[in-house]
Amino acid sequence: MSWETIIGLETHVQLRTRSKMFCGCSTAFGAPPNTQVCPVCLGLPGALPAANGAAIGLAVRGALALGCTVHPRSIFARKNYFYPDLPKGYQISQFDQPLATDGTLSFVAPERGIVTATIVRLHIEEDAGKSIHDRFARGTGIDLNRSGVPLIEIVGGPDLRSPAEARAYLLTLKQLLEYIGISDCDMEKGSLRVDANVSVRRAGETALSTRTEVKNINSFAFVEKALTVERDRQIALVESGGSVTQQTLLYDSKENAVRPQRSKEESHDYRYFPEPDLPPLVLTLEFVAEQQSELPELPAAKRDRFVATYALSREHAVVVTSSRAVADYYENVVRAGAEPQAAANWVMTEGLADAKDHQEQLRVAPGALAQIIALVKGGTLSHQAAKKVFGEVAAKGGEPRNIAESLGLIQVADTNVVAAWVTDVLGAHPTEVARYKKGEVKLLPFFVGKVMRLSNGKADPKLTQRVLEEKLSA
Amino acid sequence: MSDAKAVADRLVKAKRLNALLTPPKDLRKSLLAQATAARPTGVLYGMPVAVKDNICTLEFTTTCGSRILEGYQSPYEATAITKLKAAGALIAGKTNCDEFAMGSSTEYSVYGRVLHPLDRTRVPGGSSGGSAALVAAGAVPAALGSETGGSVRQPAAFCGVVGIKPTYGRVSRCGLVGAAMREVSLPHTAYAVPTYYVIAPAEASSNLARYDGVRYGPRFDGNTDLRGLYRATRGEGFGPEVRRRILVGTYVLSAGYYDAYYRRAQQMRALIAQDFRNVFDRGVDLLFTPTVPSPAFKAGEKLADPIAMYMSDIFTVTANLAGLPAISLPIGRVKGLPIGGQLIGQAFLEDEMIEAAYALERVVPATDEA
Repeated sequence: MSWETIIGLETHVQLRTRSKMFCGCSTAFGAPPNTQVCPVCLGLPGALPAANGAAIGLAVRGALALGCTVHPRSIFARKNYFYPDLPKGYQISQFDQPLATDGTLSFVAPERGIVTATIVRLHIEEDAGKSIHDRFARGTGIDLNRSGVPLIEIVGGPDLRSPAEARAYLLTLKQLLEYIGISDCDMEKGSLRVDANVSVRRAGETALSTRTEVKNINSFAFVEKALTVERDRQIALVESGGSVTQQTLLYDSKENAVRPQRSKEESHDYRYFPEPDLPPLVLTLEFVAEQQSELPELPAAKRDRFVATYALSREHAVVVTSSRAVADYYENVVRAGAEPQAAANWVMTEGLADAKDHQEQLRVAPGALAQIIALVKGGTLSHQAAKKVFGEVAAKGGEPRNIAESLGLIQVADTNVVAAWVTDVLGAHPTEVARYKKGEVKLLPFFVGKVMRLSNGKADPKLTQRVLEEKLSA
Repeated sequence: MSDAKAVADRLVKAKRLNALLTPPKDLRKSLLAQATAARPTGVLYGMPVAVKDNICTLEFTTTCGSRILEGYQSPYEATAITKLKAAGALIAGKTNCDEFAMGSSTEYSVYGRVLHPLDRTRVPGGSSGGSAALVAAGAVPAALGSETGGSVRQPAAFCGVVGIKPTYGRVSRCGLVGAAMREVSLPHTAYAVPTYYVIAPAEASSNLARYDGVRYGPRFDGNTDLRGLYRATRGEGFGPEVRRRILVGTYVLSAGYYDAYYRRAQQMRALIAQDFRNVFDRGVDLLFTPTVPSPAFKAGEKLADPIAMYMSDIFTVTANLAGLPAISLPIGRVKGLPIGGQLIGQAFLEDEMIEAAYALERVVPATDEA
């Protein structure tokens, strides 16, 4: 009997603002505990919230990029629960009237190709503080620097059909949010967090069965693992005659297992009600239009344009548009005069490989890379030599041509010089020459290689081949 | 312009009323310092203003009449206090009140009840009873209160002084320690009190969630786990009326009951607000009503019956509607006890309302027997 897996993700994303959602405290990551706090985010008696307009703008951009309907009027609501890192005893969120609803996110699923998942809703809320359980022998530390940091929660529909698909969805969502610059989406720093609703059903069934919620998936590497573990657990349970109970599970990455949250922790009735300290959030058409105009070209549109404008294959366009920085870099290389396909080849190989080892910095300036490409095309540099020049420019900067010269990498196209190298090589390999002359012409690349080595890669490969053929047939 | 020592002496003389929570020593010291620092150009230069203990001050602790904030020193002050000080006023101590402003008699303060200045067996009204009593006793010319359901006007009426509730939004709420925040009330008197007492506890249950013994205020350690800590702190820290409202508020917001209580109360509030607008749209400028259905009642009289206590708010909650301004002034006496009448004005037209009240005050002697 085959099974179908149904997954929907709820993603929390920290917005990239300088100050918090309802006060002026800094949102910078990594400050000493409880140094970025004030009466508002500490929940002191009498303190009142005032909403951060920049955060609302970023949230609206996120909603627009996901094709959501942005509601001109939404309501902040209180989500009530007790926890030591929640200083007010409630979180300001949105409930029955969220900022935006009904969007979509298209992504390439490993098994099904292009899938368009629904975005049920997107709302604004504030983050809680952090409980630090492992630093003190007898007690828990509370750091409220994060308390009040602006978040959006993006609730996806039950449209994902495998753990791999969930991962692809999440990566696409991350890419989109990074593109539009509203979050740095760093799961390790907690600026992107994801909870998953998982259920399984027998193939062919249409009704959704009981789901569980998996929390504590705190790295991209764990998304697929955690969901696979939970899917397999549910399938095994049902196949052995049991049934799935609705519950919240925590993923343990060390054990690669899920365990139920203590029932005490999950029997929350959040008692949502409209936040009496904040008026309804009313957005003017102008404000929404302004956010729309701040949106850059989105990844899908950019891919299509790169295919159309630069005649790249879809696969190459996907790689070159993987991030906005890479895409902009690629276009700058082309603008500096490089042939589009050659530029793509260089960016995808040398460019990205170097960036990977150097904090995602594209270290060779676009103009320099265009020059390197031109030097190869003009026959001044061999491809091998050009890679050396690229590495040198990346590490030390400078003009590619000067560097090529100072490294002695300029190709030698002088027939006399090449002929001398050829003569030396042929003289050193009489056996191979004899075999070639008996008809073993496949030995030609062997001789070319020897000449290249002798010339330290400087011999012009085409000229070398021509001279070799002449001398061997003489 | 009073001299700081004389101000302190007058306040200390009124000590028997239990209206002032600030210890005399602290009060004298602070008043001297404030008088030296006060800006002589301010319109209120040198005028002492006592402040209800649910408004944050830097000079004195802010306890809201509750054990759960015993000794709490706010690191910031309310906007209203900053403005008073900028005008040259002296902050003349903190006044006793019902715990978290929940009550209509100032009997629900953990620091003891406030006595009526004219009859110590009676209550001064509440929740701003300490403020009204101090003004009535002549200890200060003015005091700040706070009001979401009559908490300024009702004690003003009981004590025979003037009480003003400005339009919602006229005075910043920043630094006013909230239990129930938004204005509610209604001309549909029959529904006004129940509506108010659904919405106010709902908000109170959420607003008071922060007092958990984790970050500030006393911690009553259950010596157990987190839940034990919460249970002990909140069980010991809150008095009976506050606990009652937290329970009611939690109930009306809980799953399955929200629609029947909280949502319906909000719908009722909207209907009543509309009724009020209709009245003003018909050309009425001001409404006049009694402030309270009776003169000051006896201490202890209504403690056993919360509903009877709530019903003393019947005319005041009605007037708070959509945040309209209202003023209570003395209009006579019954058996020696003051009676208040109130004018309800239109939003942000306080000056008209106060002019009318002043005219009324001149023709209705405050001390005549009715």
